[in-house]
Amino acid sequence: MLAQRKTGFFNKFYLVEIIKGLMITMRNMLFAKRATIQFPEERRDYSEKFRGQHYIKSVNGVENCTACMLCPTVCPAECIHIVAGEREDKEKYPIKFEIDSLRCCFCGMCEEACPKDAIKLSNIYEMSQQNRTVYEKEFLLEQRGNK
Amino acid sequence: MFLKIGIVLVGLLSVTPIMLFVERRGSALLQNRLGPNRFGPQGLLQSVLDVLKFIFKEDRAPGHVNKFYFSLAPLVVVVPALMTFAVIPFAGNDFIIANLDVGILYCFSIASLGVYGIIMAGWASNNKYSLLGSLRSSAQMISYELTLGLSIVGLIMIFQSVKLGDMVSAQGETLFSIGGIDVPKWGIFLQPVGFILFLVSSFAETNRLPFDLPEGEAELIAGYHLEYGSMRFALFMLAEFVSMTVASALLSTLFFGGWQYLPGFSWIAHLFSDGNIAVTYLVSTLLHGISFVIKIASFMWFFVWVRWTLPRFRFDQLMNFGWKVLLPLALLNVFVTGLLIYLGVL
Repeated sequence: MLAQRKTGFFNKFYLVEIIKGLMITMRNMLFAKRATIQFPEERRDYSEKFRGQHYIKSVNGVENCTACMLCPTVCPAECIHIVAGEREDKEKYPIKFEIDSLRCCFCGMCEEACPKDAIKLSNIYEMSQQNRTVYEKEFLLEQRGNK
Repeated sequence: MFLKIGIVLVGLLSVTPIMLFVERRGSALLQNRLGPNRFGPQGLLQSVLDVLKFIFKEDRAPGHVNKFYFSLAPLVVVVPALMTFAVIPFAGNDFIIANLDVGILYCFSIASLGVYGIIMAGWASNNKYSLLGSLRSSAQMISYELTLGLSIVGLIMIFQSVKLGDMVSAQGETLFSIGGIDVPKWGIFLQPVGFILFLVSSFAETNRLPFDLPEGEAELIAGYHLEYGSMRFALFMLAEFVSMTVASALLSTLFFGGWQYLPGFSWIAHLFSDGNIAVTYLVSTLLHGISFVIKIASFMWFFVWVRWTLPRFRFDQLMNFGWKVLLPLALLNVFVTGLLIYLGVL
């Protein structure tokens, strides 16, 4: 049922209320702060915890990753594919490390699961691509954050 | 004659790109946004892009429409909207395309032809939303035309003429003076209630918010121009802006003294009148035109301002408002005006 609101006789002509409303919009136009962020020149400030494009942390040009397979196991989107290999000094390392950027849901669970502090999510959020993009190992080894 | 037609036609057609810009940028500013500001200074050339886009889009008619009426409808909407301006004097009483004796009545009769185009578009589109939109528009326009007509009866009674030129000339006289400031005999001071009624019903006649039920994008997608694209849609838009201009021109002609000087303009005209008749005439004509354009422009801005402030009426509210509030008020206004004239007050 419609609730019957009490309207005074003069309110029924809407005029006073309309003028009040017009004043509100005019006040907004003249004095209010613009909400627009003009993108290429201005950027939105995200938190340090923001989860953006991935990278694998490396020390002295050697990746921290030991291909322990914890991140593909924990990944809910199943977007991480690792092929493990062995170095001459018998250390395990990823021969292939691929992240399907369209499947990734940026939950950050790989980052949490990683025991070697290797996979990280940077602050970069401009990741638009023209085709389906799989991040290869070389791409991921670019250090694009300092987490 | 052709010069006048040229001036009016160029003016009316260039209103559309200007209003496209004002509408987009104005709406953005009223809503704390910035709006298109990239192309040209402050985004001024944005409407050029808009127009180019309209021109280069494919002119396509869907398979289920009635082709003849489908392509006829935009013209039927645009032509009356353009024709209405013919009897409005825009810079002194010499500058009027056709000084008809019926004057304002011609305006109303031609303006109400526009609704046929809308009904045609809705029916020919063969789409339930379009048809509903055009049905609404016919109901709305017919009920608000009554108020529109009645609201200026008081003015006609006072000025004893339906010719717009006579009305504007009569508005040049002084109503009364307070401390050296002459208050002109503008329609708004003689007929404040009539002004408000005319304003409200001209909003309804031009299908602008809060009376844009024929378009009502929330419930009817886009209403009567749902199936239209490219230049055909642009014609509907043009018709909307042109009828807005005509409504603004009528509002300023009837209630704000038309081409009569704005306060301060007579002083500028006095500066240039150095005895040379030709120069004086030219300057005064130019100033009259500028006054008229400024009046129209402020009403156009008011249209935009109201559009981005008020929400849409519900259909029953619209009908209630038209028939139960505006129409009795208009009749009362006519009665009171008649009484005051009989008593010799006005």
